[in-house]
Amino acid sequence: MNAKVACLALLLSAGIAFAQGFAGLGTDAEGFLTPMPGPEFRFPRDHGAHLGYRIEWWYLTATLTDADGRDYGVQWTLFRSALEPRTIRGWRPGQIWMGHAGLTTDQAHFAAERFARGGLGQAGVTTDPFVAWIDDWAMTSRAEGGADALSLINVVARGLDFAYDLWLEAQGPPIFHGDGGFSVKSADGQASHYYSQPFYTVAGTLALPDGNIPVTGTAWLDREWSSRPLSPDQRGWDWFSLQFADGARMMGFGLRSDVRATFTAATWIAPDGTTTAYPDGALKLTPLGTRRVAGRQIPIRWRVELPARGVDVETAPLNPHSWMATTVPYWEGPIRFTGSHEGRGYLEMTGYE
Amino acid sequence: MIGPATTAILSHWRRHPGQCLTLFLGLALATALWSGVQAINAEARAAYRQAASVLGQDQLARLDSPWGGPIPLADYINLRRAGYLVSPVIEGTLGTFRLLGIDPLTAPPEAQPTLLAEGALDVADFTSGAGLILLSADTLPETLPDGLPPVRTVKGLMPRTGITDIAIAARLLGQSDPSYLLVLPRQPAGLPDLAGNTPGLRLTEGGGFSTPGQLTDSFHLSLTAFGLLAFAVGLFIVHAATGLAFEQRRASFRTLRALGLPLRTLIAVLLAELLAFALIAGGVGLILGYAMAAVLMPGVAGTLRGLYGAEVSGEVLFRTEWGLAGLGIAVLGTVAAAGHGVLRVARLPLLAPAQPRAWAIASGQTMRWQSGAALVLFATAFALALFGTGLAGGFACLAALLIGAALALPPVLAAVLGAIRWPRAGPMAEWLWADTRQQLPGLSLALMALLLALAANIGVSTMVGSFRGTFLEWLDQRLASELYVTVRNKAEARALRDALSPRVDAILPVVSVAAVFYDMPADLYGIADHATYRDHWPLLSSEPDVWDRVARGTGILVNEQLARRTGLTLGDAIPLATDWDLPLVGVYPDYGNPAGQAIIGLDLFAERFPDIPHLALAIRTDPGSVPALIRDLQEAFALPPRFVVDQSQVKHISLQVFEQTFRITGALNALTLGVAAFALLTSLLTLSRMRLAQLAPVWAIGQTRRRLAVIEMVRSGVLTLLTFVLAIPVGLALARVLLTVVNVEAFGWRLPMRIFPADWLRLGLCALLAAALAEAWPAWCLARTAPAQLLKVFTSER
Repeated sequence: MNAKVACLALLLSAGIAFAQGFAGLGTDAEGFLTPMPGPEFRFPRDHGAHLGYRIEWWYLTATLTDADGRDYGVQWTLFRSALEPRTIRGWRPGQIWMGHAGLTTDQAHFAAERFARGGLGQAGVTTDPFVAWIDDWAMTSRAEGGADALSLINVVARGLDFAYDLWLEAQGPPIFHGDGGFSVKSADGQASHYYSQPFYTVAGTLALPDGNIPVTGTAWLDREWSSRPLSPDQRGWDWFSLQFADGARMMGFGLRSDVRATFTAATWIAPDGTTTAYPDGALKLTPLGTRRVAGRQIPIRWRVELPARGVDVETAPLNPHSWMATTVPYWEGPIRFTGSHEGRGYLEMTGYE
Repeated sequence: MIGPATTAILSHWRRHPGQCLTLFLGLALATALWSGVQAINAEARAAYRQAASVLGQDQLARLDSPWGGPIPLADYINLRRAGYLVSPVIEGTLGTFRLLGIDPLTAPPEAQPTLLAEGALDVADFTSGAGLILLSADTLPETLPDGLPPVRTVKGLMPRTGITDIAIAARLLGQSDPSYLLVLPRQPAGLPDLAGNTPGLRLTEGGGFSTPGQLTDSFHLSLTAFGLLAFAVGLFIVHAATGLAFEQRRASFRTLRALGLPLRTLIAVLLAELLAFALIAGGVGLILGYAMAAVLMPGVAGTLRGLYGAEVSGEVLFRTEWGLAGLGIAVLGTVAAAGHGVLRVARLPLLAPAQPRAWAIASGQTMRWQSGAALVLFATAFALALFGTGLAGGFACLAALLIGAALALPPVLAAVLGAIRWPRAGPMAEWLWADTRQQLPGLSLALMALLLALAANIGVSTMVGSFRGTFLEWLDQRLASELYVTVRNKAEARALRDALSPRVDAILPVVSVAAVFYDMPADLYGIADHATYRDHWPLLSSEPDVWDRVARGTGILVNEQLARRTGLTLGDAIPLATDWDLPLVGVYPDYGNPAGQAIIGLDLFAERFPDIPHLALAIRTDPGSVPALIRDLQEAFALPPRFVVDQSQVKHISLQVFEQTFRITGALNALTLGVAAFALLTSLLTLSRMRLAQLAPVWAIGQTRRRLAVIEMVRSGVLTLLTFVLAIPVGLALARVLLTVVNVEAFGWRLPMRIFPADWLRLGLCALLAAALAEAWPAWCLARTAPAQLLKVFTSER
């Protein structure tokens, strides 16, 4: 899922972030729509914002390599968090937008964060043409001639000491998680609408303090919206995206609870885009070793098992210190895995104190 | 040896507790006045620092519209979309309440209120729902406007200033465009420099925007000058008291030295004694000074608000910065005042007889030296008045004038006393006259102190009186409209016009926008073309067709302070925007306003600022109908009382502000005069002890002690009166310098001088009363001097 960090946005402040589920994601959804089973997706409409729902994100992660074979990871995320289920023109914050940008090398991790009110033009999402932006950070569709808006996109972001400019081209169709895009997040039935474009190839440039670096690689875009995706007892999650040598992809997450066993779910994505969803319990996530990162113990190495697909791998981060020191902080960075399969992927871990 | 020597020296104070008290009080008063003034200055400076640092503006650069007014929202969004980290602020006033609307989503930590920055306050609570307004604890709830969101008090904010979310500020102030943008100190990598990429906006570096501190320097300089004057007067007391004490102990010193006490030890003991006095009396002075500052501070806060628009809280904290300085100056002052005495002890011939002699007999040579110095100082003051520049020049001129006058006093008094001859005066009167001349040297320091205090009093009260008179006349002319109404929005303004049009003579909108002229904050007003202005608006200088040109939009008026600060003269083109300037066609007086101001015609204003609503209206009508109008307006529009104000109310408020403004000068005046009277008392006391030798023969030839006491009273009365008469021209010269040099530099306006002889009469009586009180005790002592004491004069047994 990418309940990702969902976060946050709501909670611009870590002070109450954990009062009720991580980052307020477990709070009531009064006045907002609740995701129902059997959603019907229509594009380009559903690439845009769903103001009836409280939270939503456009979440891109990319695993990249330069000419010398060095690995990099890039994250670009736009979060929308609604205080009211509509856009209000002017300063009153009906919608609050939050942008996160991350860039990981084997030596360093760069992060930046932006906030904006909706209703002014500082941030937002339009569908025709498709642009998701906050300040000068943007995900802009370059698709032409009736192709899906997300099939060819340009993604830019800029922090105090880094920037990137990437072109992404989809090599396969968008895929839907859970039951046709209805992704369950807890045994109590909390859920979200969730689809992804996991088949991007990437070419672009990273601007680092030492200079510009041309890179190529692959990327994964998550689109998800909901109003109450977590149960009040759920404290955080661990989310994996894995790319296999044959072109298959896998997404898996575990939602940790104070009182119950971890709730897991996974989606197997065949190279042609056919998906198989696996319910709670099919995926097994085991932390193998922790490391002190930003003052807390973070499980940076994992054993990931999906027996139904013969997957039993161990993951290792490119940089154990891939810490997003943002308003609501979390760990997000590129990984490599070995074992039954070998490949690269992305890992996100939230709710570690 | 040191122990017995110390006991012997200190025993003097046990035998003369009055003298001890005099010295103690003199030092304590001097320190109190000085440190009280410093405490007030320190408090105000701390408030300015706080004001300058609000929203981190002492560190953050900011972007303003170069001609003032808000920055179009689109410009802000374009800057953000170009990648620049800038954060909007909407700032405005609701009545006297200043509201700052910030955007916590984009504001850097420096600009966030502490609570938000530390996470003690949730941004969501601040930004959404009913919102929140942060206020300092010393903002009184009853001074707040209506309709504010829930209030939370926080530390570190200025009084009468609230910080709230920008959305709430936008709603309350009816303004959606940012007033200015704060620039974050670090901008993202790889962007072109912000300075070259903000067309139509002006970038000011952090702390570069003018703060009240610069404007109020003059005020604090004058307070400091007052403090110094008071301190100097206090030192006269110390000088008199220590002089007497050293004189009376000469016999003891000689005996101690003869017994083998080394000179070095004697000096060390005396210095230690002085130091102890300085520290103890200085400490008490600090406490008194603190108390004085606490009493005066509310008045000073009123002054600063009224004259400079600077917000200062009315409280005083004990700060080490002025505490230590106060003690230091007490010690230095004691050494300076008593140094002469210590020096004489050092030079005392070991075996010289202990011959009491009149203290400090000034020779003719001293008089000549004083006259020469006074002439040089007068010439300097005159030159400074003609050619001096700046506030420092003005104060230097004042200092030269006052010191010169003080130095000139003894020779002038001597000359006057010498010149007057009574045609048929008896021997008694002859003796009285001659004896007065004889006493002059001993009294001259105290009389100088009195002269300074009286001259300062006359000068300052003439300045304040002139200001007050001019201000009142100006208010009468300026406030020509009978009623002033403020509405809350455009719809209300329209309805109000419709309702009022048939009932009143004219409805004159008064619109304004915050502007910046020549890098100084100012207000730009638009006024209607109406007889109210043509016939009543006071002008200092103008082109012949001034009102026609303003009405046509081909001329601009500026207030006196703006014209003086920038050196503008009629006909100069004043730039209002990059593509827009207007010739100056008139300058008007604008007393009591700290800021620059300019006026253009209403049509031109509306054309240039179409979005500024006409919410303030001046109404011309029959004065008799005003009460009914007010009642009807309040009923029909449910306007709060302060939104509908009649002319007399405005005048009353303005006058209140004015009186408040000069309360501090009145208080300092009275204190300085009190200290001067005390100095006179100590000098007279000192003299009375030494004058037995002169009085005994007069007593011996048949004058009663009572008669002698009355004569003493008359003598000090005559000296005081003469000093007072001489203080009048000095005071008037002082007032002239204050009005034509210091005021112009400090406030930016020049006032005509007015003379108030009735005030002088009152002051003269005060001075005589003070002298009578000061002489009363010595005279009473004289009247009760035992005849045996007087007889001893002739037996050399004193």
